[in-house]
Amino acid sequence: MGGGPAGSLFTYFLLDMAERVGIDLNVDVYEPRDFSRPAPHGCNMCGGIISESLVQNLATEGINLPANIVQRGIDSYCMHMDVGEVYIDNPLFEKRIAAVYRGSGPKGIKEMKWGSFDGHLQSLSDKKGACIIDEKVTELRRQDGRIFIKTKTRTEQSYALLAVATGVNTAALKLLQKADLDYKPPQTTKTAIREYLLGTETIEKYLGTSMHVFLLDIPRLTFAAIIPKGDYVTICLLGDKIDSELLETFLNAPEVKGCMPPDWQWDKPACQCSPRMNVAPAPLPYGDQVVFLGDCGVTRLYKDGIGAAYRAAKAAASTAVFHGISAEDFRSHYLPACRKMTNDNRIGMVIFWFTKIIQRLRFVRRAILAMAAKEQESADNDKAMSMVLWDMFTGSAPYREIFLRTLHPVYLARLFWHSFMALIFPSRKIKPGLEGTERVTTV
Amino acid sequence: MVKGTLGKIYHKGEVIIRQGESGDCMYVIQGGQVEVVQEMDGEEIKLAELNEGDFFGDMAIFEREVRSATVRSLGDSSVLTVDKKNFLRRIQEDPSLAFRLVQSMSGRIRKMSETVTGLRISQPPWNRE
Repeated sequence: MGGGPAGSLFTYFLLDMAERVGIDLNVDVYEPRDFSRPAPHGCNMCGGIISESLVQNLATEGINLPANIVQRGIDSYCMHMDVGEVYIDNPLFEKRIAAVYRGSGPKGIKEMKWGSFDGHLQSLSDKKGACIIDEKVTELRRQDGRIFIKTKTRTEQSYALLAVATGVNTAALKLLQKADLDYKPPQTTKTAIREYLLGTETIEKYLGTSMHVFLLDIPRLTFAAIIPKGDYVTICLLGDKIDSELLETFLNAPEVKGCMPPDWQWDKPACQCSPRMNVAPAPLPYGDQVVFLGDCGVTRLYKDGIGAAYRAAKAAASTAVFHGISAEDFRSHYLPACRKMTNDNRIGMVIFWFTKIIQRLRFVRRAILAMAAKEQESADNDKAMSMVLWDMFTGSAPYREIFLRTLHPVYLARLFWHSFMALIFPSRKIKPGLEGTERVTTV
Repeated sequence: MVKGTLGKIYHKGEVIIRQGESGDCMYVIQGGQVEVVQEMDGEEIKLAELNEGDFFGDMAIFEREVRSATVRSLGDSSVLTVDKKNFLRRIQEDPSLAFRLVQSMSGRIRKMSETVTGLRISQPPWNRE
């Protein structure tokens, strides 16, 4: 159930692994959305960033992202704070992050220049031999060791295994709770996504190939980003109970207006939505002959949701092919992958708690800016702060690894030194050589 | 190259990796074609032409040896770097990630065996060992 990244990747790996070991499988994918159509019919309500590590993992799996799917290759991040902004380049100066549309684009899109990421993954599972059924599941029950599924127009079908990858923004969750599956949905929070039509040339001029992230002292706002796509930019906000007031405050912040074109109208988005996001896992992401993947099961906190879907899908597929489909099999072989993400998310929560403190302490923000700016100017490879920020923004590394790097004595000593300087000289220029250039600006 | 292509763009004749240099990453071709050449006694021997989806430089992931061949772009190509650290970490978590790499290496060994057999057959019988 569900043909988004988690569902399609699970199907792809399940059929791929089964083929390798000579098992003949029939897989049906129930997905009512048509990814060749723009929002809302083909949309999956997501920022649409494929992390650096996922791009590499997919490439080594033989899943390349074609140019007509990648709206823009991202090679750098620009961190905006009230104290200034700094560009953090990819260490290899390579476009390793993909900005995509999960569907075919926002509502009212005039020209379909790019394809859908979810549609691309679905076509891969289709090529592997899955049968895509473009209908919503209306009835679900378990009887005599089989799972029975019914749609509006099709007769009831029975299955040995049910993989649920419906996300959390769907009425299917109620259906799952009613069925005899012992499923409790994950905890969620509301986010906000807005799309603005700016045109390719304007995006190139103002935003370039950088993702713009914001650490602003706005209550309830944890993190915000502007993602340049083809003709549109996507604005994503994460935080506590995001509402229109918070959205308006953010969109009118000088740091946001400063990186958008002067004639940009913040109150005229081409498309907008307030999807829910998984912030705490489903208590039991598996059962007898059933497994929950992606957002409706376990995912990474705030970042790299598609990367989490990939890991969960692969762990579930290898469990089903090489071990079995009982609750015990999933507990032994699928749950460890989920636990790893859940434990990492706990560390992520600590990191985001520190981020909230940083958002309130101006001198720490100045220290971070100064440290990152100095590292970006330097030719040597010792870029501790830049790498911490890079991995935080991109979601490329586990939170545990990021956290351990921040405990390194050299990192801490430098941060304390820059914090001390920022406290003693609150209006000192951060980096005379770089300040005022395109790469570093201080306020 | 189209704007959305991932990786780094290399132009015709540009060297991506050079024989004899050390390396700690491998590459996956995202678009275009590259050629693999080996220098021997001042002479350049073309070993292969690689296309979209093919790997190269993968021996550096498992060995601490220098690059065994030079890889050059044939026309414009885009090539994605895969970090050794990220790749090995993922293999620890999910060993099946190495499957395609092993498959690709196995294909190369098969090709090499065929080439060696072909060379031996083309030699006169008294020269075969």
